[in-house]
Amino acid sequence: MNNNELQNLIGSWFPNQEANKVVETVPETEEGAEIKVPETVNPSLLSFSEEGSQFLNIAVKKEQLHDLMKRLKENPETNFDYLFCLTGMDWGKELGIVYHLESTKYRHQLVVRVNTDNRENPNFDTVCDIWKTAEFHEREVFDFFGIKFNNHPNLKYLFLTEGWEGYPLRKDYVDEVNMVIK
Amino acid sequence: MPLRKKMEPKTVNNNFKSEEYFINMGPQHPATHGVLRLLLTIDGEIIKKVEPDLGYIHRSIEKMCERDSYQQIVHLTDRMDYLSSHINNEAVCLTVENALQLEVPERVKVIRTIIGELTRIASHCLWWGVMGMDVGALTTYFYGFRDREMINDIFEETCGARLTMNYNIPGGVMYDIHPNFIQRTKDFVKHFKTKIPEYDRLLTGNVIFQKRMKGVGILSKEDAISFGASGPVGRGSGYSCDVRKHHPYSALDKVTFNESLKTAGDSLARYEVRIMEMWESLSIIEQLIDNIPEGDYKVATNAVIKLPKGEYYQKVETARGELGVYMVSTGTKNPYRVKFRSPGLSNISLLNHIAVGGKIGDLVATMATLDIVVPDIDR
Repeated sequence: MNNNELQNLIGSWFPNQEANKVVETVPETEEGAEIKVPETVNPSLLSFSEEGSQFLNIAVKKEQLHDLMKRLKENPETNFDYLFCLTGMDWGKELGIVYHLESTKYRHQLVVRVNTDNRENPNFDTVCDIWKTAEFHEREVFDFFGIKFNNHPNLKYLFLTEGWEGYPLRKDYVDEVNMVIK
Repeated sequence: MPLRKKMEPKTVNNNFKSEEYFINMGPQHPATHGVLRLLLTIDGEIIKKVEPDLGYIHRSIEKMCERDSYQQIVHLTDRMDYLSSHINNEAVCLTVENALQLEVPERVKVIRTIIGELTRIASHCLWWGVMGMDVGALTTYFYGFRDREMINDIFEETCGARLTMNYNIPGGVMYDIHPNFIQRTKDFVKHFKTKIPEYDRLLTGNVIFQKRMKGVGILSKEDAISFGASGPVGRGSGYSCDVRKHHPYSALDKVTFNESLKTAGDSLARYEVRIMEMWESLSIIEQLIDNIPEGDYKVATNAVIKLPKGEYYQKVETARGELGVYMVSTGTKNPYRVKFRSPGLSNISLLNHIAVGGKIGDLVATMATLDIVVPDIDR
């Protein structure tokens, strides 16, 4: 499937009941730039974008994350069975996760992103019941960003020693002894 | 009176309960090939659970990348999977070049691919030697290192280093190839073609070796995909995951080669895939070595590289599997975020799955077929 077909199909799974108008503007997550959703797309709770990326990007609210991921994997037309990259992100105000997905059957690729502005206690639903590789990668994100994953079977530090203070890959992490800032 | 009383066999009390207990394997265990600690829960000699404890040599390369320029990042990637250093460098260079929409000369693409395949053979030579050693065949270690040494000599002459080569730069390669490069590579290909059958005679056909490998550590295709296995680990389970086939880069779209696939999914299948890959790499080198196009060995880039705002992803096939570089740029001279999707982390995450129910001795052999390089996991 090409990106447009994917967008139409996935968008139809999560119709937005409240939106009456077809056209709406959605904020692009990381840059704050605004893009227009093409008129052919159903009003959806998801927002799609291809700007600044070689993949089709879907921004999803964290409540729908697990539901969306499960459908992406199990729907025979999308069949995203390979989670090839799971990245923790610190966007400044928000923390987030970026999932890179590929279908080994159709070889189409997709990026799903989810953000939260809760820096004190960020948490998302785990996807390691969908893709087993997520277990270790989510633990890595937990180490370095302090993002918790609900229902994760073994959420503890993977790389860091127990009792480590702070989350090293966050932008506001300070370590005056070990970090050389030029 | 006899000096010794005849010993009556003691009746064995079969009612005792076996107890699970817990031992450490590593961090300084010779079979873990680096500072990797495995927490084993065992019952007798049967493994109940394997839990890797990582992070002993974590250097936080991703954080260091955020303060470095794009040229500097290339050098850090050597230190991840040091046996695929050239391919790691290539991954970053390709990401930067794609972002700048920079078309590198054909000569660069071919040189990169040849050296990349030589790197793969060198890595597999080392793996083969160490793999034999792990199951008790010490000779393989010397055979593997003997042939790897020839490749390292070629690298030393052209790249100036034997292991962490730093030969790639954004826009091309650092120097042109050495005048001897072509001849020495050809000599190596000729030499190594007689050596792989020797490897097979020495180890592959060995009955003891076969018995330790066959049917051990089985990974199904579905699990391989779900665990994100890549490289020979995935292909040993019949999962077609060769990035060189599905997303070709550099000169790999100009050559013909077969993807090495085995369907058994056991340790022997992963072993055989790597042996087959050495043949395929030789074939790729042979197709390219006589046809290195004339031209520049690099295109000039700005001294300070600034990537356009956006996100870039590039995947390459290292000797261990799929390496992904995910770069987020905000338009400054440093990346906002760099993530390396290393093949090692995904491959070690499935160790528990395939080792449970086996013996400790099998764990050593199984781990050897995963071909783990710890700095690749602890980036």
